[in-house]
Amino acid sequence: MPDFSLNVNGSDRKVSVAANTPLLWVLRDTLAMTGTKFGCGAGLCGACSVHVEGELVRSCSVAISEIGSKKVTTIEGLSADRSHPLQKAWIAEDVPQCGYCQSGQIMAAAALLAKSPSPTEEELTAGMSRNLCRCGTYDRIRKAIHRAAGQPAAANGGGAQ
Amino acid sequence: MSPVSRRELLLGGAAAGAGLVIGVYASKFGSVTGFSAGHEAFSPNAYLRILPDNTVTIMVARSEMGQGVRTALPMILAEELGADWPTQVRIEQAGASTLFGDQTTGGSFSIHSLWDPMRKAGAQAREMLLAAAAQRWSVPAGECKAEKGAVSHEKSKRSATFGELADAAGRMPAPSEAPLKRPEEYKIVGTHAARLDTPSKIDGSAQFGIDVRVENMKHALLARTPTIGGKVVSFDDSDAKKVEGVRLVSKIGDSAVAVIADSVWAAMEGRRALKVTWDDGPNKNLGMAAIWDGLKQASSKKGAPLYSTGDFAKASGRMVEATYQLPLLAHAPMEPGNTTAVVQHGGCELWSPTQVPQDVRDSVAIALGLPSDKVKVNVTLLGGGFGRRLEHDYAVEAALVANSMPGTAVQTLWTREDDMQHSPYRPMSLHVMSAKLDGAGWPVAFQHKIIGPGISTQKGFPLMGGLDPDLASEAAFLYPIPNVTIEHVATETPVPLGWLRSVWGMQIGLATEAFLDEVAAAGGKDPLDLRLHLLREDREIHIGDDHWQTARLREVIKLAAEKSGWGKPLPAGVYRGIACWACFSTYSAEVVELSMEGDLPKVHRVVAAIDCGTVVNPNIVDQQMHSGVVFGMSAALRGKITIEGGRVQQANFDDYEPLRMNEFPKIEAYWVKSGEAPTGIGEPTVPPLAPALLNAMYAATKKRVRAVPVMG
Repeated sequence: MPDFSLNVNGSDRKVSVAANTPLLWVLRDTLAMTGTKFGCGAGLCGACSVHVEGELVRSCSVAISEIGSKKVTTIEGLSADRSHPLQKAWIAEDVPQCGYCQSGQIMAAAALLAKSPSPTEEELTAGMSRNLCRCGTYDRIRKAIHRAAGQPAAANGGGAQ
Repeated sequence: MSPVSRRELLLGGAAAGAGLVIGVYASKFGSVTGFSAGHEAFSPNAYLRILPDNTVTIMVARSEMGQGVRTALPMILAEELGADWPTQVRIEQAGASTLFGDQTTGGSFSIHSLWDPMRKAGAQAREMLLAAAAQRWSVPAGECKAEKGAVSHEKSKRSATFGELADAAGRMPAPSEAPLKRPEEYKIVGTHAARLDTPSKIDGSAQFGIDVRVENMKHALLARTPTIGGKVVSFDDSDAKKVEGVRLVSKIGDSAVAVIADSVWAAMEGRRALKVTWDDGPNKNLGMAAIWDGLKQASSKKGAPLYSTGDFAKASGRMVEATYQLPLLAHAPMEPGNTTAVVQHGGCELWSPTQVPQDVRDSVAIALGLPSDKVKVNVTLLGGGFGRRLEHDYAVEAALVANSMPGTAVQTLWTREDDMQHSPYRPMSLHVMSAKLDGAGWPVAFQHKIIGPGISTQKGFPLMGGLDPDLASEAAFLYPIPNVTIEHVATETPVPLGWLRSVWGMQIGLATEAFLDEVAAAGGKDPLDLRLHLLREDREIHIGDDHWQTARLREVIKLAAEKSGWGKPLPAGVYRGIACWACFSTYSAEVVELSMEGDLPKVHRVVAAIDCGTVVNPNIVDQQMHSGVVFGMSAALRGKITIEGGRVQQANFDDYEPLRMNEFPKIEAYWVKSGEAPTGIGEPTVPPLAPALLNAMYAATKKRVRAVPVMG
């Protein structure tokens, strides 16, 4: 197997894997970083979202040989202590249900806010609609992104009657 | 989970730990699920352990698949105990055990069924802590109180933490009966408490089944028969074995070949290179036309009576008739099927995202020819369930794969395509509906013939009163119309069937509530008025083991209607529909607001109301209501599995696409304040969505859509 050097969450790592191995499996199987999830293997669900040089990438659909020396950031590298504004907002809104898609959702949100620090509803929707959640957490995801962006969120109604 | 070292696999051995003894709650297998309690630990029952360090560890004997049991169940116990929530509380997940009764997570039954056991477990421990404090201070126990993790005696201004009292409490006699708190005393139950599992789910540390890592473990994928009921004739693994990292290729059962490799990717590459010759089997010509023809032919048969009152045939009135059609559906949880297993030392240990750990244990035991107590099942977090993980197929398969490489842990993974094409499916059904209206336009007779296969029937569960055993609690008909016949014509199918979130409720609820909208229109009634008219009297209705109250259904309908502004003007082009359903002992109603873009609906707002008795955690009830609405909407808009040539045609999230954020409506979730015991919340908001949507589409177009998914 050929050797590849890559930089993940600020650390230089060396791996020996087949050149066509998707980044997802290098992260999960070789580097034992399991926060990045396998959902569809076809770039349809976004569960495997990571950042490569700050750009949102589906790690299931990019081969290790394409990564080179580019810097990879995964959910484990977003912060050391859940202190990223999105992680804090995700906790404040208690977003996750099953939680399986949430690493990808947060990485997509982080990429969105990096480009649009104060996203409009349309920008938010466009930025997040490629990430599937089967549990229906979209409303809280939306609120958490607004919270992280320092935007007031519209009240939804609901509650005990 | 940190890598599990081989030493800790403990197969057939004893749990070792210096100075520790295994609590009486450990199963005969070893420390399968029970607490390893230290000498000073206080563990009055299987659900609870209090240590001198003042931690309160609560055992969760249900599977966490997003529905919040790892938070809500401990809240119930902690409430009665008087624990300091959440500071001192720790959670432990029970694997397959003999201590907790049936551990199946399904039927919206976790909170419903464990409300009393968890309360009693907490109250019993609290009484023992109070007794220990009273003895230490020589004061009457009745003068002591347990609150925020400590027992205090106000008169003497003394207090002691639970941890300080743990050792002494363990020596107190366990009370046979402990008083339970009154609702007005609740400090934890009913609060908008944050989920305990959230922090681990936002930093990548949460451990799902797919994240299990065992030292030196291998990864397996299976090539599966492309046709339902097909078999392996032969396989050529010469190319597969050339893939670097592939270790073993092995036939598993009659219908699959496993490729075991060092990594998932090598297993995928190996599977691609594997050549299998298949016997397509008896269903190679099965297609949807034949499936629907079969149901249509069966519709002329007399069904088994589910519910009957009066005499539909003799009732006179103007007839309204319609037939509704629902497709096969896949669960498609975000985490694909997987289980990690190792077979060694005459036993098998598994780590599985399962809703049925005991079924997995017993089924693996049969498959491997082992006694049940030599199979240890650890339950991981589940990346969604929706009923898919009520099946033990993927766990048994993983055990068989591991059995082909004894002594080595193997994680068997399903790809999304495997999941979409080789799972059990929610069955298709036809619903032949008829009603008769009196001169004033009110229905005096109602008939519903359900035609389709029963899931439990296919799986061999015994019929109840000649009926599929799932029907009773999911098909309650609460409208006291004088002449009603509901019957089920059971058909058979080779398509493997599985329980999907709300099960029959989704099928029967759609047909009933959409047809009722037709009845309202035919009688010139407002759909809300018709429902309130039918439910105007308070009645108790008993179906199977369930007791229903028409008043509770009426109130949730009124709540949904009021909050939606039913009857008030809407913006131009926006229309409403309403529907309700009662299932899993819970009452649910929804109003959908939409506009039409050509033939397709754009849903803007869903107002959901529910009566699930006492709300243990409103934060989680709100989540589950959103979840049910979205699940119902994904199915109603696009959910459809089709079969041609004996093969499932859909493969991934492009042709079986759940709802995305850009289609997500504004959802408002309301619940009735209630002092009744809590009932299910995971499923009951699913059934009303589709009929409310269809009814709103009719309001918009004056055309009936009687088949889902509405996007074709």
